[in-house]
Amino acid sequence: MSDMSMDIDIALTVNGERIVERVEARKSLVDFVRDDLGLTGSHVGCEHGVCGACTMRVDGVIVRGCLMLAAQCDGAVVETIEGLSDSGELADLQAAFEQRNALQCGFCTPGMLTAAQDLLNRDGVPSREEIREHISGNFCRCTGFHAIVDAVESVAKARHGAKP
Amino acid sequence: MKPAPFAYKKVRSLDEAIALLGENPDARLLAGGQSLMATLNMRLSAPGLLIDINGLSGLDGIAHQNGSIEIGALARHVQAERSATIAKHAPLIARAMPFIGHPAIRNRGTLGGSIAFADPAAELPACLLALDGEVDAHGPKGKRTIKAGDYFKGLYETALGPQEILTAIRLPAADANTRIGFSELARRHGDYAIVGLAASARADGKGLKDVRLAYFGVANTPLRAGKSEAALARGDVDGAVAALDLDPHDDIQATGAVKKHLAGVLLRRVAAQLMEQRL
Repeated sequence: MSDMSMDIDIALTVNGERIVERVEARKSLVDFVRDDLGLTGSHVGCEHGVCGACTMRVDGVIVRGCLMLAAQCDGAVVETIEGLSDSGELADLQAAFEQRNALQCGFCTPGMLTAAQDLLNRDGVPSREEIREHISGNFCRCTGFHAIVDAVESVAKARHGAKP
Repeated sequence: MKPAPFAYKKVRSLDEAIALLGENPDARLLAGGQSLMATLNMRLSAPGLLIDINGLSGLDGIAHQNGSIEIGALARHVQAERSATIAKHAPLIARAMPFIGHPAIRNRGTLGGSIAFADPAAELPACLLALDGEVDAHGPKGKRTIKAGDYFKGLYETALGPQEILTAIRLPAADANTRIGFSELARRHGDYAIVGLAASARADGKGLKDVRLAYFGVANTPLRAGKSEAALARGDVDGAVAALDLDPHDDIQATGAVKKHLAGVLLRRVAAQLMEQRL
């Protein structure tokens, strides 16, 4: 069992910063960023992949932070809401959420923004139906989703207009 | 909840994984993890060791060869979703893909993992059965091929031996006479189906032959509706619905009676798809 350890050494990049840590094998990625790195923007909701509150980016694609082990992220590039926010990548989307009241309690918001940005990074302006489908894996218990769809749609149109 | 403690080992070869499975009877393979991690977090499963096979190379291809579509076990759902080969030659898989979870799930989940896990309410096991596909399994004695009809044994139980690893899925490539149908009913898009139906058939003049109806969410395994297949091949949709001999159990989503009713609703929808299609 020499190299089948309960603790795993990992080296990864989180929000542009090089991280070297020893983690418990059973620790999820979202628990790692929250508890070990203090990045508490990614939220822990259902812990079985249903609610989407822990949505973050690993190697450029969105994943459930609760359905990946930190141990699997050796060598990975991880981006959490803190990194996406600090880089300014989401600034227009965040402003649209604020303007449209697309959040109330805010628990779902980091995951919602990260999932929406994933859709907005694709070509073209998505339909409202496509927006709804894309965020169907992210629960919001406050807004009824309409304001969120409005915000994502307005940003999609604005970004598309800015890039003819 | 958090998982019970386990050890973790990322393997670099199939042989290494097979050997580890032999040495550690309570080990589980970790592929995409989108079902396994949830069961670990809920402590429905508490293996002593996770064998991470994500680092194995050459197991994520999607290829069209010799009239078959071969999908490597580690191909992720998102790959299949975007694959021109799948869209053209395995249209049932293409049709089913958007129903599987959500984008963040499809970025990680693997086709092999879904077939190996064999959730009775999952889409891909039913597609494999509807298409009369087969899987390759590697074990201590080498490779063997298992037909879909011999593969699903019970609730989360398959023909895979304790030391066997599913390595590929093979489906007959669609041609001009291939007809496929897919529909499911779920409370929320991307959730496990209350009831779902994957189907394939061959065009036979204006009718259908070789109809295969594979239901999911109605039994411990994906389940064919043989009497309804025969009725549909005669063009008798009402007869096919009347002949549905399913006996679904009540579950958290619906009673057995509701599921059986919905199975009939889906059969009419899928029958229309099979009959209208011009590939």
